[in-house]
Amino acid sequence: MTIEFFAGRYPYILIAVLLGIGLYGMTMKRNLLKKIIGMTIFLTAVYLFFIHGAFKYGATIPVYTPELGAEAIHYMNPLPHVIVLTAIVVGVGVTGVALALLLLTYKRYGSLDEEVIIQRMRESA
Amino acid sequence: MSQLPALIPTLPILAALLSLLVGLRSLRGGYLVALAGTFAAFVASVLGIWEVTTSGQPIRYAVSGWVPPIGIEFVLDHLAAYMATLITGIGVLVLMYAPRSIRHESPGKATFTYPSMALLVAGLAGMSVTGDLFNLYVFLEIAALAAYALLATGDRAGPFATLRYLLIGAIGGGFYLLGVAFIYFSVGSINMADVAVRLPDLVESPSIMSGAVLMVVGLALKMGLFPMHFWMPDVYTNAPSSSAGLIAPIMTKVSAYAIVRLMLDVFPPGYFTEAIPIAATIGWISAAGILFGSILAIGQQDYRRMLAYSSVGQIAYVGLGIGLANPIGLIGGLLHMVNHALMKGLLFLIGGAIRWRTGLVRIPDMLGLGRKMPWTMYAFVIAVLAMVGIPPTAGFFSKVYLMIGAVQADAWVWFAVIIISSLLSGIYFFRMVEYVFKDAQEQNAAADDSATGGVTARELEGAVAGEVPASMFIPIAILSAAVILVGVFNFFIVRALLEPAVAPLVGG
Repeated sequence: MTIEFFAGRYPYILIAVLLGIGLYGMTMKRNLLKKIIGMTIFLTAVYLFFIHGAFKYGATIPVYTPELGAEAIHYMNPLPHVIVLTAIVVGVGVTGVALALLLLTYKRYGSLDEEVIIQRMRESA
Repeated sequence: MSQLPALIPTLPILAALLSLLVGLRSLRGGYLVALAGTFAAFVASVLGIWEVTTSGQPIRYAVSGWVPPIGIEFVLDHLAAYMATLITGIGVLVLMYAPRSIRHESPGKATFTYPSMALLVAGLAGMSVTGDLFNLYVFLEIAALAAYALLATGDRAGPFATLRYLLIGAIGGGFYLLGVAFIYFSVGSINMADVAVRLPDLVESPSIMSGAVLMVVGLALKMGLFPMHFWMPDVYTNAPSSSAGLIAPIMTKVSAYAIVRLMLDVFPPGYFTEAIPIAATIGWISAAGILFGSILAIGQQDYRRMLAYSSVGQIAYVGLGIGLANPIGLIGGLLHMVNHALMKGLLFLIGGAIRWRTGLVRIPDMLGLGRKMPWTMYAFVIAVLAMVGIPPTAGFFSKVYLMIGAVQADAWVWFAVIIISSLLSGIYFFRMVEYVFKDAQEQNAAADDSATGGVTARELEGAVAGEVPASMFIPIAILSAAVILVGVFNFFIVRALLEPAVAPLVGG
């Protein structure tokens, strides 16, 4: 029974595990770079969820082909893919800004460790 | 007129792009472009209010001609027009105020600040007019990216504080997007109106429930609701005054607005109260947040940090309105969005004016400031009266609506929280009023011109009444007047805009 349980749901389990790893990295790790890596994993899990939801066996790209007819079953749903593409662009923007902020933080405090930075912040204040 | 919903977000986006291009050649030109675009969006929003209230019908706009629910749709209804006017109005005032303040606090970064401000206004205005769940996410992130850029230009610790805000924002955005995925795969649409039509058959579905919870949790994270507020004090303390003055009033409110939008127009009436108890959860968290923010604000020595903790408490009032989930309570919450935006904007701009004139940010140093900057301090007193909630200022009426709502819902604990928190804000603000109006002759701390970091005598030429330049004083004066006028005329706002907006709750 357990085999069937996992066989039917493994994409969801993978996505849940990735979400967990990402959230763990973002909240528990002290190193800011690792937090950003966690953020990337977290966002990737969200993209995968969309891609998995849009997947169909035996379907082709959503361009009308006369031999296949007009039934939706023969074509991939383009909308989730479009959403993921947009979301990836947004994610790249967020990661870029995060890395820029990381660089500035490192230049000013000479460390990537959150606790050390907070301590140095207190000392200078 | 049917183009209005599209014009409100696109004008500032266009202005942001042009402003950057022009600004690289001429700073003044770039500034004027950003200001003009934001002002045009403000005019469009005011026209939108006029159209919507006279016709009573929302204006719908299908982006690039794709008919909804296939294409993206912008919908300008009562609530959207109300929010868009608030956002663009605050944007115009802060842009007016910004140049002198930026030149003093973060010189050399002005070229990129004005486009970011226009982009922030565009993102938030887009969130309020969009009729599409995924499009809302895109505008949410546009606004967030612009906000990160604006906040990080501040003091030494600015980038680090902003990075922590970014991480929380990314989690919030990710949860929201995940919620959209759940809704899309169960309902087959991401157009808000279309989802609302199809949902009632599916209310029992667990994936709809998960979607709803994920979306609301994501937005609540973006909203800075207690206990996920911890980025707020550091971020606002280290940001330039003009950036904090733009972001603190409107940014968190728009996420709260998105929750209200989901509750009223997407999910069936009563879904957030009966099917899943998410409204009540938000209400209790907010009640805790109100007390927490107000109590911590008392101990703060830094003016900006005090305002930030006060914001933690004040955004929770909006959450309390959502938690009450009855028409009067929700009207109170929505009215408090505008009231608090005006008051907090005013307080941050006053903080910037004090910093421009004297370089002071710590409250104990501000002893006797009322003698040096009397007009700015009169504006400060108006803002304080509104924060505490003394009639006829704006802060009083939203609290009255919230209290009536609490009585109707038999939520006596929340009723008590509102009163206690008003007293607490009285404590921390009147402490500062006492300081600034105290006779400083004995200590003569702030009254001494050589104090620290203020402007030079040459820059002071042309300042209004020897305090701050007209470009900084006029926004402060307009906001002070608005705090009183919105209070006096709140009945008309509620009647014309908010009662139609909460109608789905009355029907349900």
